[in-house]
Amino acid sequence: MLKMKNLQAELKESIIEQLNLEDMKPGDIENDEPLFGDGLGLDSIDALELIVLLEKDYGIKLTDPAQSREIFGSINSMAEFIEANRTQ
Amino acid sequence: MNKGVAITGMGIISAIGNNTETNYRSLFSSKSGISFPEFLKTTHKNLPVGEIKFSNKSLAESLNLPQDHSFTRAALLGSLAVSEALDQSKVKIDAETGFISGTSVGGIDATENYFKEFTKGKTENSRFIRAQHPGFTTEKIAEHIGISGFVSTISTACSSGANAIMMGARMIKAGKLKRVIVGGTDCLTKFTLNGFNSLMILSEKHCLSFDENRNGLNLGEGAAYLVLEADEELNGKPVLGRIMGYGNTNDAFHQTASSENGEGAFLAMQEALKIAEIGSENINYINAHGTATKNNDLSESRALQILFGDTIPDFSSTKAFTGHTLAAAGALEAVYSLISLNKQQIFPNLNFSQSMSETGLQPVTEVKEKKLDFILSNSFGFGGNCTSLIFAKDEA
Amino acid sequence: MKPKVYINGISSISAQTTEKEENPISYHKNIFPALSPNYKEFIKPMALRRMSKAIKMGISSSKVALNETNTEIPDAIITGTGEGCKQDTERFLENLIDQQEELLSPTSFIQSTHNTIGGQIALNLGCKNYNVTYSQNSASLESALLDAELQLLETSVKKSVLVGGVDELSENITQFRALDGQLKSVDIHNLDLWKEDSPGTITSEGAHFFILSTEKNNNSYAEFKGISIKNSIQPEKINAEVEIFLNKNNINAAAIDAVLLGSNGDNRYDHYYKNLQQSLFKDIPQLGYKHLVGDYDTVSGFALYSACKILKSGRIPSVLKLNTSTPKELKSILIYNQYLGRDHSLILLSAV
Repeated sequence: MLKMKNLQAELKESIIEQLNLEDMKPGDIENDEPLFGDGLGLDSIDALELIVLLEKDYGIKLTDPAQSREIFGSINSMAEFIEANRTQ
Repeated sequence: MNKGVAITGMGIISAIGNNTETNYRSLFSSKSGISFPEFLKTTHKNLPVGEIKFSNKSLAESLNLPQDHSFTRAALLGSLAVSEALDQSKVKIDAETGFISGTSVGGIDATENYFKEFTKGKTENSRFIRAQHPGFTTEKIAEHIGISGFVSTISTACSSGANAIMMGARMIKAGKLKRVIVGGTDCLTKFTLNGFNSLMILSEKHCLSFDENRNGLNLGEGAAYLVLEADEELNGKPVLGRIMGYGNTNDAFHQTASSENGEGAFLAMQEALKIAEIGSENINYINAHGTATKNNDLSESRALQILFGDTIPDFSSTKAFTGHTLAAAGALEAVYSLISLNKQQIFPNLNFSQSMSETGLQPVTEVKEKKLDFILSNSFGFGGNCTSLIFAKDEA
Repeated sequence: MKPKVYINGISSISAQTTEKEENPISYHKNIFPALSPNYKEFIKPMALRRMSKAIKMGISSSKVALNETNTEIPDAIITGTGEGCKQDTERFLENLIDQQEELLSPTSFIQSTHNTIGGQIALNLGCKNYNVTYSQNSASLESALLDAELQLLETSVKKSVLVGGVDELSENITQFRALDGQLKSVDIHNLDLWKEDSPGTITSEGAHFFILSTEKNNNSYAEFKGISIKNSIQPEKINAEVEIFLNKNNINAAAIDAVLLGSNGDNRYDHYYKNLQQSLFKDIPQLGYKHLVGDYDTVSGFALYSACKILKSGRIPSVLKLNTSTPKELKSILIYNQYLGRDHSLILLSAV
């Protein structure tokens, strides 16, 4: 449980950094808030950036960008996917 | 109907041949130029590309350049293609002969080679420092053919070459120039290969334009140029074809992706028809942009459906022959359109097996003999840039 | 009859402020940055977050020009940029080399293409009209202006065109100019540029946008009479070339009231300007501006901006004056620029 909490916090930090969300703090992102569309408002370019982040930080390689939408639904879904698939 | 602008020469180099005749033979025999990179020094050896199998050294030798020349690869390819066009048209080069070239990355092949040297302050190759300017590549070609008057470069990503052709035609029509050489050039670079790879739109197989199972494009390289001349300058010279219409619009939808309904593409085609003063029913064939990305081909198909309704003319994408040659694509495909007009043949959309579920459209998949009077050619690019050109037979 | 083309809106982002033109800012570096406006006034935060300075300057500058003319959607957007989005190009290139072509993030590639600025302006405005980017060294903005003039002349449907030039500095690629002699070998004070007798120049960045229109209004700054671009000119022929251009525009050299020159303190190429200063335009006010804003591919936007203000106000800021001649009247201004002896351009404006 604590491990999951740490991963969620870590993800928020790296998303803010990788996507240049300058005016945001980790506390501004809810764990279950949608990252795309009406929630945080990320777009398809951000999705590609997050794919790079998955590979760089967790050794997970996604080959089909279409697959990513579900994984990047929210911080929760991202963290779950990473826990199940990480190689580093 | 307007008379259009006369084309008196054309030249081309691509992965399927280093002149018009060899390009035609490859198109006619359905011979693709897609291979794996040999001359491009990249770690991505698994990505198929439309590479021209000549080193910079041998290209420079065939142009008789001195050892210490500062031609980028795009300038080498461009000079070869322009030379063929000039040989054919025997156009007069003087103060009223212009040159407009499209290039997306220009000389970034030189910049990526020497970047680390330059950051360390080494000056041995400093003649390439300005190569990052697209205009640098254009100027090398202009120097090579002795043009000192109006020289300009258009850089609108993958529609650059088509826009250069459009601008040239407009300048002739407006009486700003009597003669102008127009087209585009781009070479394979690590910069673009990795760029498209980071966008996850490169296929590891031969590209499948307009196919249900398409999964990305193959990058290519090439150059092609046309010579345009004002009618009063022709003096009975043979005319290869005419630029009848052109349309340039912006999709204004997304930085890289096309809108799902292809609005920008639709508007560009519509504008081209308007300038040509013909109805959509006059178009006999469309050389589509058809890059084989999920997004482009669907968006372009939708635009065709909106414009042509149930009677979409024969269409094909020639990207599976050459790869997507970025800024050169519109120019290469202008040459292919002119060959089609002259031979009265449509060249096939290679590798196609299954129509897209969303549209059910079927491109031409074998060489087809047909009466061709008007051909529409599409080029779309990053930044929402959409350009359509209409070519016609001289007597049409 | 050929319709007339007017400049109805102008805007400038440069290393100088537009308010204090008689007290210019002094820099003691050969590379100095443009002063940034508050970009948040023009661009939404979610869009702003990944934009480089060129894109931010381009959008902000274009919006100022559009606002000035109350234009929501221009009939065309035409951009000139010598080196485009150099910061993103450099970032992607460095990552590519340092990471051996692995794990590259796409954003900097997407934004590296030269048409990014024009595309982003279209996206920001929701403008689906004609959109082209020219990238021809120091004739990039001039190419865009030539196209803009054509757009307005070839059809009566188009009423207003947004046209401008943008270039930005980047950490490394700009520095490379010190290696091939484009920059002066030691740092100078920009305001001392005319005292220099040495090769190279000083550089900066900026964005200048204009609204060209066939309709004159109360805010019109100038009439855009004509433009000419020539890739190379032999130094001794510059006077003759200028005369050919003036003849084509039905005016002679004696009727030019001031000439705005692109002199940049590079003693290898400033003879082009000196030839004109000592001959054709010996007796009229000669003006320079690159000591204020440096030299870069689209810097002639600052010249055009300044000329528009001079024609509208009827007054020449003393900081621009290269000689002591005073004009009888201020009706016609000629702008001449080249860089390294290439990409020569002439722009003729007249008062409205």
